Amino acid sequence: MAEQIQTNDRNDEWTTIIKPRTGWFDIDLQELWRYRDLITMFVKRNFTVLYKQTILGPLWIILNPLITTVLFNVVFGGIAGLSTDGTPSFLFYMAGNTLWTFFASCINNTANTFVANSQVFGKVYFPRLSTPISQVLTSLINFFIQFVMFVLFWIYFWVTGAGIHLTLWVIALPFVVLEVMLLGLGVGIIVSALTTKYRDLAIAVGFGVQLWMYISPVVYPLSSLDESPRLRALMTLNPMTSPVEVFRMATLGTGTVLVGNLVYSVVVTLIALVAGIILFSRIEKTFMDTV
Amino acid sequence: MASTQRRPVIQITGLKKQYKLGQIGGGTLTHDLQSWWARVRGKEDPNTVIGTDTRLFGQTFMALNGVDLTVYQGEALGIIGRNGAGKSTLLKILSRITAPTEGEIRLRGRVASMLEVGTGFNNEMTGRENIYMNGAILGMTRAEVDAKLDQIIEFSECGDFIDTPVKRYSSGMFVKLAFAVAAHLDSEIMVMDEVLAVGDMKFQQKCLGKMSDVAGQEGRTVLYVSHNMSTIRQLCTRCVVLDQGKIIYDGDVEQAIAVYMDTTDVNVVHYDLAKVSRMTGSAGKRLRLESLDFLDKESSVFADTEKMRVKITWRVSEPFAGIHMKLNLHFRDSTPVGITHPVDLGAAEPGRLYTTIFEFDPSLLGEGQYFFYIDIFDGALAQAVCLDKPVTEFAFEVTSGDLSMPEWAAGWGRIHFPPVKLLED
Repeated sequence: MAEQIQTNDRNDEWTTIIKPRTGWFDIDLQELWRYRDLITMFVKRNFTVLYKQTILGPLWIILNPLITTVLFNVVFGGIAGLSTDGTPSFLFYMAGNTLWTFFASCINNTANTFVANSQVFGKVYFPRLSTPISQVLTSLINFFIQFVMFVLFWIYFWVTGAGIHLTLWVIALPFVVLEVMLLGLGVGIIVSALTTKYRDLAIAVGFGVQLWMYISPVVYPLSSLDESPRLRALMTLNPMTSPVEVFRMATLGTGTVLVGNLVYSVVVTLIALVAGIILFSRIEKTFMDTV
Repeated sequence: MASTQRRPVIQITGLKKQYKLGQIGGGTLTHDLQSWWARVRGKEDPNTVIGTDTRLFGQTFMALNGVDLTVYQGEALGIIGRNGAGKSTLLKILSRITAPTEGEIRLRGRVASMLEVGTGFNNEMTGRENIYMNGAILGMTRAEVDAKLDQIIEFSECGDFIDTPVKRYSSGMFVKLAFAVAAHLDSEIMVMDEVLAVGDMKFQQKCLGKMSDVAGQEGRTVLYVSHNMSTIRQLCTRCVVLDQGKIIYDGDVEQAIAVYMDTTDVNVVHYDLAKVSRMTGSAGKRLRLESLDFLDKESSVFADTEKMRVKITWRVSEPFAGIHMKLNLHFRDSTPVGITHPVDLGAAEPGRLYTTIFEFDPSLLGEGQYFFYIDIFDGALAQAVCLDKPVTEFAFEVTSGDLSMPEWAAGWGRIHFPPVKLLED
């Protein structure tokens, strides 16, 4: 029988009370947990739908970053001749791109939650947050696959003696990945809540994320801005700067990691996440009246 | 009824739902800035829905206006009412799709809502995968679906195709599978909105039977909204009638149906349509009906020798090359009777009020009370885009002037065909 009953039905109490929208932080995490099977199903569906009727199928997960890395290597490494902090440029770009692709897909896939699902949302209730969460988890799985590819390349470069080495920051990697995921989720659901009112945001977000990459140290290291401290200070306002630098510091042994910047980045992430959840939970109760 | 002591499972108190008029979301930032700039200069807002009285802008409309209702365990409660009476809003709030403005609903147990059959079905996934998917969306855990899987497949009659992607299913199979999932949910309360209107008769009867079991034997509670009075009679043990956001009758099913039928009003010959709600969200935006009048009549009662003459007025917000109109005719209990062949209303330009007068011959209808909806659309009927369809039911009555005919019998259906033509041998 329903878990809801087991937990709440002690004295034959009411199990659910539907009331007008109240409060700021009106979100039922317990309920979200009860719907974990739904989240799993959504993740599975995301994969099924994405790769059904494609020739290469899931191979795209690794082809995509591989091609981008080669492209970055040619354009930014070869033609523009940007510094890569003395590390093999191929690995440098792959590291940045792997983490960035993860972040970008977290935002892009959650930003249109309400509009893309309005059909289903209008017909049946389930905790709406399960949709963006499942999207982010899908991105996480993709990231793992791409990360494994990165590790394979890393081993190749390491064996051939390219002067790369792991640092203790490796321990921080899972937390960095988690932070990037939560930041992507937070920004994504803020945008998704706003797109219910302003559809243009849905178009702007893809473009905006692309621009964001260029103000993050993805195709260049933060150290390349060492001569212009003002620009560098500006860069550290970007909450993605630290995660990318930590990721490279951990795997390639070079990077500019300042604990202060890292703390700042985590704080921004938490603010974005909380603000996102608040906005999202406010919108989810009434957005069907406006769509 | 299964339970001897009456245990309330749904308690609704003072429920209200308010919608704002004129405000339609999902705009763009440019539009909002445009509207703001127009207001600043004291000009007319270029983005107001055409035909909306600007005085009404920002005013509100109560879709539900103080509903109190207690439903007991094991009851099969029918909810009936005209379009726009608030039935869908009530179901939406019960299913937690939208929040009420005032009042509250207390529930004992889980609610499985079937406002549509097959919500969340994915065409690329197989029948089996979709059972899990749909079950999860409706709030079941994987283990619960596992336990019911065989029953669901058997009920759906889709056993042979269960591992085929549902995009290869016929629409009938699709519906059967979807209903099977919903009917086997372990929820204490089931909310259904005319889901039985689909599928073949045999399956419909099977579903109704299943629903009766669910309420009668399993002690679950069923809330059922329908326009089909015969399914209401078959399934429900109690019935409420909603009108203008309020419950106007609560109790015996037959009595409720009689009350519902009396809400038809044949004494109205003028309808103001500018501010009534529309069947779909996009209807009434690019083209908007403003009024409808039955001409030369004090009540809309027509002898079957009389012609009905109707005047409509409407505006458009953009040029149209061809606009088509048809009438959807229904008997007063909402049973569909038929549609008229579409007519071309011609081209239209924004900025003026169009008046169209049309004639309808009611002599094909048997005696009784009817109503029609007006449906205005763009293009051919097959791929029509609905331009406007107010929820208003335009009621009229047909009486027979032919004294040689007895009173119209219920078993005769609704169509009064002309006599057969005798041919010379």
